[in-house]
Amino acid sequence: MIDSPAPAGPAIIVAGLTKRFGHFTAVDAIDFSVQRGEIFGFLGPNGSGKTTTIRMLLGLLPPTAGAAHVLGIDVARRAGQIARRVGYMSQHFSLYPDLTVAENLDFYGRAYGLRGRTLRRRRQEALARVGLEAQRRQITASLPGGWRQRLALAAAILHEPALIFLDEPTAGVDPVSRRSFWRLLYDLAAEQTTLFVTTHYMDEAEQCHRLAFIHNGRLIAEGAPGQIKQTRMAGQVLEIRCEQPQAAMAALRQAGLADVALYGRRIHAIAPDLDRRLPELSALLAPAGLRGMQIIPPSLEDVFIANVQ
Amino acid sequence: MSTLSAHHLSRRFGPVAAVTDLDLTLAGGETFGLIGPDGAGKTTTLRMLAAVLRPTRGRAEVAGCDIVRQPERVRRQIGYMPQQFSLYGDLSVLENLQFFADIFGVRGTAARQRIDRLLQFARLQSFIHRPAGQLSGGMKKKLALACALIHQPPLLLLDEPTNGVDPISRREFWEILGELRLAGVTILITTPYMDEAERCDRVGLMHQGRLIRQDAPAALRQLAPGHMFALYTPDLLAAAALAPGLPGHLSHQIYGDRLHLFLADPLPPQVIAAYFSGHGLRLRQVLPDTPRLEEAFIYLMSTPQP
Repeated sequence: MIDSPAPAGPAIIVAGLTKRFGHFTAVDAIDFSVQRGEIFGFLGPNGSGKTTTIRMLLGLLPPTAGAAHVLGIDVARRAGQIARRVGYMSQHFSLYPDLTVAENLDFYGRAYGLRGRTLRRRRQEALARVGLEAQRRQITASLPGGWRQRLALAAAILHEPALIFLDEPTAGVDPVSRRSFWRLLYDLAAEQTTLFVTTHYMDEAEQCHRLAFIHNGRLIAEGAPGQIKQTRMAGQVLEIRCEQPQAAMAALRQAGLADVALYGRRIHAIAPDLDRRLPELSALLAPAGLRGMQIIPPSLEDVFIANVQ
Repeated sequence: MSTLSAHHLSRRFGPVAAVTDLDLTLAGGETFGLIGPDGAGKTTTLRMLAAVLRPTRGRAEVAGCDIVRQPERVRRQIGYMPQQFSLYGDLSVLENLQFFADIFGVRGTAARQRIDRLLQFARLQSFIHRPAGQLSGGMKKKLALACALIHQPPLLLLDEPTNGVDPISRREFWEILGELRLAGVTILITTPYMDEAERCDRVGLMHQGRLIRQDAPAALRQLAPGHMFALYTPDLLAAAALAPGLPGHLSHQIYGDRLHLFLADPLPPQVIAAYFSGHGLRLRQVLPDTPRLEEAFIYLMSTPQP
């Protein structure tokens, strides 16, 4: 089915990629590349250009300018060849609930042109990989959420794609199942399969090798999660414990700190150089019953929000 | 003062035990997060507490009213935002709020004042004439919350209100909840996401219909056994293979660009670094780390509860 071996080099190369709809620029000259065997997280709020980018990468939407190569294929010239070479798994992935596990895989295998002995072998391999061999005759609707997720992954890897797009792959799954699902993804990556993950959830984003944030059609940050947290946060996060959070928040805002939020009984304030302002803040917050404060590492969500504001 | 108390609350659907023996007490003004995966029983619990689903066993009082004997009174005392909150897509933002005001008997000047305040509160003033069906996901959730607040309930039951919402709208939604909390409103909120639990006063972990533990997020995080370290290296697979040889090794897990290590003893990071570099591993950093709620949850799920 795959007519030529996938050439070496990055799995995705995007250069100056642009999409305009009339006067509106949805994607504005973005550049990035994704290495083979990398788990790449692509993050952005709704309306950021994230979905438009993915549609161009899948060959479903022609770029207005710039170029993108996916597995060596030019998305502008050979768009029709991409979809069948990549895998796609979404939380809304339509498995047929009334079919058995094996029947669902047969259905998707045939859709990708697999037949006969090859189909049976690939189905067997995919079931073994995701650990669902014993469930092959079970009706899909009766599987627990974590197992359905694994079945969706099995369907996405049947045709042995070198690149898989995953949309919120473990949304709503329990932590134990999520952990074992990510182990499957790390195994695939170790065998040089490239995984392109989109998600709104920082729990998932943190597990990617590398991340890119898109906002208003532009890439605003790129790097490993740890690196992004260390380098892309202009301010520091100060965690404050006090008896009267409402009074404390009002005092902080009056002192010019705009980014102040409640976390349970604690307050998080974000601003540059807070470590140097501790004595001043401690005096300011004393009337609100200050019990303690410390600089804490920013969460990925803190960094994300700081970079889109 | 307790605004909500449930005792042995249980619900079966035929052979399926959706919720079993749930005991829960909420103090006034508290924000309590019910955390758990899809199918854990969170929605069934909320539906019983909102008096829209009768329990099979057990009882609960919400705002001083019995959920089985006084369902109408319960519904007037609470703001309930189910997962599929029915906004009228063809009606504008303003018309939706007016509609909910009518349902709850809020009329005239009082209705106009409250609607104005809620629009401001939910940051929807500039969208009052837009049909609800044409709002973004985050704005729909905020409108649904505003509708649930129209009769000024002292207690809010919110079922996965941030599901499918992007991080920016999600943070804004939590800021609004923070303001409600400061105004003394008691909030019971469900979410499948551990990071949202950090914003609650207390958290209850639900698994297979049971509330397996409830406590402050900081206390729950400490349940994960051992001491946690994050190891940054370009050779994650090699690091994972070497990890079991560390003294006091409990478990390890590849996590994005790092390896999470759980050790029985608080080894100095330099000692851990020396172990890995001694085996030829290229190391960037070894840092002590704080276990997240996820680790505590995994520990609780794998340990039989008393």
